[in-house]
Amino acid sequence: MHKLKFLLAGTVAALAFAGGTAHAERGTDGDLKILFWQAVSTMNPFLSAGTKEILASSIVIEPLARYDEKGELVAWLATEIPTLENGGVAKDMLSMTWKLKPDVKWSDGTAFTAEDVIFTWKYCTAPDGGCAQAAQYEGVKNVEAVDPHTVKITFEEPKPYPYSAFVGAQSPIIQAAQFKDCLGAKAPGCTSANFMPVGTGAFVVKDFKPNDVITFAANPNYRDAAKPAFASITLKGGGDAASAARAVLETGEYDYAWNAQVEPEVLQTMMAAGKGRLEISFGTQVERIVLNWTNADPSLGAKRSTTEAGPHPALKDPAVRRALSLAIDRDIIVEAGYGQSGKPTCNIVPAPETVASTKNDSWCLKQDLDAANKLLDDAGWAKGGDGIRAKDGVKLSFLYSTSTNSVRQATQELVKAMWAELGVDAELRNASASVFFGGDPASPDTFQKFYADVIMYTNNFDGTDPEKYLAEWLCDKMPGPANGWQGQNIPRYCNTEFDKLVGTLSKTADLEKRAEIAKQLNDMLTEEGAHIPLVHRGDQSSFAVTLDGIKMNSWDSQVWNIADWYRKK
Amino acid sequence: MFTYTLRRLFFAIPTLLIISFVIFALLDLAPNDPTGDLPLTIPPEVREQIRASLGLDQPFLIRYMKWLQQFFINEPLNILESLTGWQFGDGERMRVLSWATRSPVVDLIVQRLPQTLWVVGLAYLFGILIAIPIGVISAYKQYSIFDQIGTFVSMVGYSVPTFFTGVLLIVIFSSYLQWFPSVYDTNLRVTDFDSFVAQVRQMALPVFVLALYNASQIARFVRASMLDNLHQDYVRTARAKGVKEKTVLLVHVLRNSLIPVVTVIALGVPTVFSGAIITEQVFRVNGLGQLLIVAVQGADMPLVQTLTFIFAVLIVLFNLIADVLYGILDPRIRYD
Repeated sequence: MHKLKFLLAGTVAALAFAGGTAHAERGTDGDLKILFWQAVSTMNPFLSAGTKEILASSIVIEPLARYDEKGELVAWLATEIPTLENGGVAKDMLSMTWKLKPDVKWSDGTAFTAEDVIFTWKYCTAPDGGCAQAAQYEGVKNVEAVDPHTVKITFEEPKPYPYSAFVGAQSPIIQAAQFKDCLGAKAPGCTSANFMPVGTGAFVVKDFKPNDVITFAANPNYRDAAKPAFASITLKGGGDAASAARAVLETGEYDYAWNAQVEPEVLQTMMAAGKGRLEISFGTQVERIVLNWTNADPSLGAKRSTTEAGPHPALKDPAVRRALSLAIDRDIIVEAGYGQSGKPTCNIVPAPETVASTKNDSWCLKQDLDAANKLLDDAGWAKGGDGIRAKDGVKLSFLYSTSTNSVRQATQELVKAMWAELGVDAELRNASASVFFGGDPASPDTFQKFYADVIMYTNNFDGTDPEKYLAEWLCDKMPGPANGWQGQNIPRYCNTEFDKLVGTLSKTADLEKRAEIAKQLNDMLTEEGAHIPLVHRGDQSSFAVTLDGIKMNSWDSQVWNIADWYRKK
Repeated sequence: MFTYTLRRLFFAIPTLLIISFVIFALLDLAPNDPTGDLPLTIPPEVREQIRASLGLDQPFLIRYMKWLQQFFINEPLNILESLTGWQFGDGERMRVLSWATRSPVVDLIVQRLPQTLWVVGLAYLFGILIAIPIGVISAYKQYSIFDQIGTFVSMVGYSVPTFFTGVLLIVIFSSYLQWFPSVYDTNLRVTDFDSFVAQVRQMALPVFVLALYNASQIARFVRASMLDNLHQDYVRTARAKGVKEKTVLLVHVLRNSLIPVVTVIALGVPTVFSGAIITEQVFRVNGLGQLLIVAVQGADMPLVQTLTFIFAVLIVLFNLIADVLYGILDPRIRYD
């Protein structure tokens, strides 16, 4: 009897173990229900570069290599990552060669070859196509097939960091046969191809209702016969972030809700139901306050916020810029608006770890009102009768603008209160995100125009290499009337030494040296006060407790390893 | 009456053309941009190319003329082709394309129409069916308990916004009691009894929210109109002749009272098509209302333009229908 019990217990344990990890058969775990509070408009990430489109399409189409959850490159449709060491990248850094996995098939059963890779490049660089991912192919001179499973990319000039084209969720490979008549201006006309692309991924699109719901089925030709564990996916869109999180965490109607951008306390009450959990990962997003280095006085008219207007009367003083940063308690901002999904930061390049500097953490991470007050006192900014500091008739009173979003407005209030303790006044304003980020040169409310003294928003960079991102602060990238207000140097920061160092970075191939230079550039920006970094923002999504195999990833698509997801039994 | 209708229809053409121009101009002046929602990692040069590929680099008037041609010539020809199987020309016509989905706007609208008509239309119908008896009884027994409760409920239904009632119902019936789903499944096809029950369950909450709102409005109308008529001389005459109270109320008073109500109901029909933006969003019904709001947020101008213009056509049309109905129902009104 005892023996029998022991045996039974053993079997149960073995079964439980098997149930927990085994997903040895394709399509055994039923339907995976996903909720996106912003509905997906198209499955072609080249025609719409929204995050939601990139995520949804990454379930179906895949790149040659992508970033794993630690931000490291892994070969995906290629056999290995080409490097200088393995000879995949030429010594002169003018070309690189990708070897494709030989046994990969498209979901329609045809072979995946070098022609598809070449076609993808042609598709995205075709004139009049308006390809949203064209920047990924910047500097690419030619893409050619050495043999059916080898692709050679030639660059116009030496590329020390060549991992951009065909790497990451932004740059997947599409099927040449399906899109061959959709080049350039004809691209939007290929509705069925754009909605139901043939892919190499774990799932295929069965039905696509634009801006509503997508139905996927397991790809019968997927390269791993045991995957995916789910037979189908239903991806519903619409609504708002809070109710999407509720559908997973509280009612359990869905398995996965993307982007739970909800106040931490609200999420806590939903979690009490015990039906779901939050997964957080950190990429390179930093919420920052950008300081205007030029004069934004409305009386200057068209010259406002350009170099012609001259330096900002108050913010040109380094003491003011530093004091504004010292006065901010980043911990409170994180606690109130971000919870687990935010960390205080003083860097504009907060990750990956190898590139993240810690140089300024000592003075900048903790609020120090005494030091801030002393700085302003010493610099001659004295409090007037109204409690606001002024010097030579210039008052420390700033117009503080951002995009409309409840967390941002709460942060504005907090910062205003912190600055008030310094004797600095702030007038708060916000504009709808589609206007603020819309870049319409005719609108005075865009962040490029910067018709304010300080503005707040989040920015980040794709992948793990910050070169292109750091080049945004070059002197000649300032937005202004001459370039139709298109430019990424929003603070109008200009430092020839910074420019020189960016030049060095673009010629350095050694990864360690690159990291060193990136850190220096990052530190320059923070020390000089081009901006005040506030919060290193993470991505936060809600998952049902029954769902396993997830590796939250901020470097690539959140669903990058959806083939490995399974349901706990 | 017939010539009047024809004349009104004829005058509707320039009105609608002006409306379409005003909508187009307003959208063009709005500071939204279709690339505004894209990640900031997309550089400005690429954004410029995207705008050009959407045709935004062309002058305003040319874009407007193109839309007119696409909407008034190409789209009707396409519909005709798909209905009859005839072919006009080579069949290669530029259709009105949505900027977000890059697919024909008309297809999107056709795809969205069923759920909007089911949910919003049914709610409107239920609203009317509930409102009329409540309005009649409330007026007949003015200041009774029933009237007081009815007034209270309709005031609440009218003044509490649907984004509040909707979320409240979700919290009670979806989160707490778990009776109804909180997310509408547009993929559900009614094929057997089970799927029918599922359809009823998922429609219950949004229909209830909207029906309450519609009923509140119409019930107040019915009540006011009934009260007007109850004090008329012809009611006293009918009662003096010994006509049964039921007949007085339901035949004489109700029929006369419904004349203004019918026009109000007719004027409200276009709102069924424009969907209930907020309610659709709350329950993720993803009908025409949600399509419109997503398009507005994403600065998808061809979609916003086409949808609002279709709503404008419906409003002009139902205004005419209301006027004509009024003329038919009320013999005192004559247009010719």
